[in-house]
Amino acid sequence: MENFDIVIIGGGPAGLAAAASARENGIQRIVILERDNELGGILNQCIHNGFGLHTFKEELTGPEYAGRFIRQVKELGIEYRLNTMVMAISRKKVVTAMNQKDGLFELQAKAVILAMGCRERPRGALNIPGFRPAGIFSAGTAQRLVNMEGYLPGREVVILGSGDIGLIMARRMTLEGANVKVVAELMPYSGGLKRNIVQCLDDYGIPLKLSHTVVDIKGKERLEGVTLARVDEKGKPISGTKEFYSCDTLLLSVGLIPENELSSGMGVELNPVTSGPRVNESLETNIEGVFACGNVLHVHDLVDFVSEEAKTAGKKAAEYILGITDKSQEAVSLTAGEGVRYTVPETICVKRMEERLTVRFRVGNVYKNCYISVYFDKDRVLHRKKAVVAPGEMEEIVLTKEQLMEYPKLETINVKVEEA
Amino acid sequence: MEEKKLICINCPLGCMLTAVVEGETILSVSGNTCKRGDSYARKELTSPTRLVTSTVRVSGGDKRMVSVKTREDIPKKKVLECVRALKEVEVRAPISIGDVLVENIAGTGVDIVATKNVGERKLFDGDENGEKTERVSF
Amino acid sequence: MYKYDVIIIGGGVSGAAAARELSRYKVNVCVLEKEEDVCCKTSKANSGIVHAGYDAPTGSLKAKMNLRGNELMESLAEELDIPFIRNGSLVVCRSKEDMPRLEALCERGVSNGVKGLRILSREEALQREPNLSEEIYAALYAPTGGIVCPFELNIALAENANVNGVEFHFCTEVTGITKQGKGYRLVTSRGVYFAEYVVNAAGVYADLFHNMVSEQKIHITARRGDYCLLDKSAGNHVRSTIFTLPGKFGKGILVAPTAHGNLILGPTAIDVQDKEGTNTTREGLDQVLLKAGLNVKKLPMRQVITSFAGLRAHEDGDEFIIGELEDAPGFIDCAGIESPGLTGCPAIGERIAGILRERMGLCEKEDFVSTRKGILKPETLSREARAALIRKKPAYGNIICRCEMITEGEILDAIRRPLGAKSLDGVKRRTRAGMGRCQSGFCSPRTMEILAREWRMDIREVTKSGGASYLIAGTNKDVF
Repeated sequence: MENFDIVIIGGGPAGLAAAASARENGIQRIVILERDNELGGILNQCIHNGFGLHTFKEELTGPEYAGRFIRQVKELGIEYRLNTMVMAISRKKVVTAMNQKDGLFELQAKAVILAMGCRERPRGALNIPGFRPAGIFSAGTAQRLVNMEGYLPGREVVILGSGDIGLIMARRMTLEGANVKVVAELMPYSGGLKRNIVQCLDDYGIPLKLSHTVVDIKGKERLEGVTLARVDEKGKPISGTKEFYSCDTLLLSVGLIPENELSSGMGVELNPVTSGPRVNESLETNIEGVFACGNVLHVHDLVDFVSEEAKTAGKKAAEYILGITDKSQEAVSLTAGEGVRYTVPETICVKRMEERLTVRFRVGNVYKNCYISVYFDKDRVLHRKKAVVAPGEMEEIVLTKEQLMEYPKLETINVKVEEA
Repeated sequence: MEEKKLICINCPLGCMLTAVVEGETILSVSGNTCKRGDSYARKELTSPTRLVTSTVRVSGGDKRMVSVKTREDIPKKKVLECVRALKEVEVRAPISIGDVLVENIAGTGVDIVATKNVGERKLFDGDENGEKTERVSF
Repeated sequence: MYKYDVIIIGGGVSGAAAARELSRYKVNVCVLEKEEDVCCKTSKANSGIVHAGYDAPTGSLKAKMNLRGNELMESLAEELDIPFIRNGSLVVCRSKEDMPRLEALCERGVSNGVKGLRILSREEALQREPNLSEEIYAALYAPTGGIVCPFELNIALAENANVNGVEFHFCTEVTGITKQGKGYRLVTSRGVYFAEYVVNAAGVYADLFHNMVSEQKIHITARRGDYCLLDKSAGNHVRSTIFTLPGKFGKGILVAPTAHGNLILGPTAIDVQDKEGTNTTREGLDQVLLKAGLNVKKLPMRQVITSFAGLRAHEDGDEFIIGELEDAPGFIDCAGIESPGLTGCPAIGERIAGILRERMGLCEKEDFVSTRKGILKPETLSREARAALIRKKPAYGNIICRCEMITEGEILDAIRRPLGAKSLDGVKRRTRAGMGRCQSGFCSPRTMEILAREWRMDIREVTKSGGASYLIAGTNKDVF
């Protein structure tokens, strides 16, 4: 069995940044296992621009952004194996993987970085009634077909879900010759970035119907049309609001789910809200030496933050291997208070934390003119005014070691939304 | 004098901008977080531009398509003409990020550049019969 | 004109079982199937349950076929190399008032010949199935109940029949049948056929064909059943098949593991006019979710990965109609095959073949091959064997479907074997590629590519399930 210091599962943006960071922090034997035939992950099919403003201070397309990290990984001489599927990881960090060239093989890792990304929720998860014809695609599948293979899945398109992938695909399909009739969104607000509503929908006169969903699917062989209806506050269709749209294609952009089958298989504890591992300040899971970063940990909006998070995971994995990690068990727990759905991380060991720690979280609703507040037990230590926060846009706060040291008996940090 | 509302598309913040316009003249812009918002509003109201990303067919490559972009923004009204002009374009692999694939697209003075590396098509070991098959990657 | 001794209309599980049993004999048989594959209608959308046999009235053909089918299923599954698990079943009774009905069901089962039936107390039942509802009062336990993969059963029967000489003509819709001389003339979408004997295994359309040749009319109602399928992570929620006490419209909503480890909930029973009306409805799906929760607690509804509906072929007499028509000699009905049709199919095939053997004086073949090897599943191999397989056939090292871990090798096998897969659904039903939690989001473009390559067609010709179910409308910018 081959031995590695760090085995990184996934060669997308998270895996690449984690690998580079671990190498820069002194780790030699690193391998990235990637199931696709090239590095870069989902960025390869995200050919639109808008990536890298934080990381590179310039706006890049997905493949260009990935390209920078791929080049870095290659320059650092980090080993990677393509077309390689990880089949299982044991609690003792034996990674079983498979590819055509090497067959079935095992790697013993000292540390594992989980960077498998996420998958799209399928139609079934929404229980949309109707027929099951051809022509219903998840937005990501359509993105792959159009952007990487040059195939147009359909001509007349309805999109359900106004997350960024849905919005981006509305523009992509339009610019490749399809007629995008409408984007429907179940929630009363869009899950995507405002800029994408402007440049992907408004630019092309594509209507966005908020508080709408698909209530019926027509067509026995190929899709012939869908029925949209307005929904009430609980998301239930309101009778008398049905509207039929004839179309041959329905794209679903209805949420992403971290791909944690391998993680749960090895005994990693998951947070039911994020469907990602529960992690501490070092992005380490409940299994020592197993770290997680990127969309497998929690679904991000911006790849720049994935890279940043992965950099931390890579560094912390390196410190773990080099034995310079403080083994302290004392930890402060971070909790998601009112209006906040979750936080990453969920615990902080003050001794182990860096000088500055970014805590990322999402709110559960749209709040206007509110405050993001942080409480150290009963003390409010942060009260930041926000014009608007929405579930579609990830929020962050930064905690400093210095600040935490002032509270030696601190038990809980609570992050919440307070209305004005 | 009238107020025009728009959303800045420069970055993910998506600032809500308000421009005060008098005829053809923009008197003021507010709501922006940075100066790019100000210039965005002025440009968007007079001569809006967009960066265009698209795909171009590849021959002899290990991929069927290469992703491309306009090196910089082009006038918004030229966007459709730009993608139409890419219809008949086919480029031969290998291609590197930044390669100019079409010069001066649709008369905008802006070049189309590759945003992805594409290698040359290789022969793969085939199926169980040992046939060498030409296989374009998925 | 195509001439055969026997034509079977319909490649569902009944038609395929009849074909396979007939292929034991020296006789020229052809199956005409309207769709592009076998197992496309009623046989593909059901619970996959092998019933113990306590539901149908004693002495009925349904009861007989159920018992005999249940008895044959194990050895058939072995011969055909398909998954079959005798997981047992529980009929849940939630109130003392309903006990007489549960007891009556038990008694009927005993008189039908079901072995091992036993009424469990609340405690015994909860011990067996800890996730049963707290409201449970008692349960009828049937150890002979089982689960089978309906696709693999249907496909394996057809493959085996095909290997033994039965022809299958797909995309061949029968539009008219008339008596001609000693047999029947069948007009189809692909030309005219003639056979001395016709087996009518046309599912919800069996009344149509029956009524073309007989004055004694029958009537079949399409009775829709909606289902929800949950991810494998929920597959262990129950071990046995959990039924509710049966009512007027059949066996009610069940909760069961599938032969491949998912959890299935359903079906509803809603009569529909459209014999192609396999659309689920909001009301139907809501009913499934609501009623499944009555007998089983803590159902992880967030794990639903797909929902679907199938149509039962319900004949007005509420009974299987299997036999030669009095006023149409040589025309053998296999009609009204609803539940327990899947369970009964081995017996139904046997019965039909028996009728024809008598009638036609058929002789057995010497070279009948009774076994069929399923698609090799690398995960069932030892590590060494799997490694060796990948060395020999590298396609087995290439995972195409990430959720179900299906390799290119398995997909190639599904395409290249007898009656091989021609569409995404064909591959899915044979290999499970695309049947997992992402519902083919990742693998469908790759499977389409493989199908196009193997069948030497353009990707635009690849379909989801034949006909007009194309997946790719064109290429980028082609309308410009």
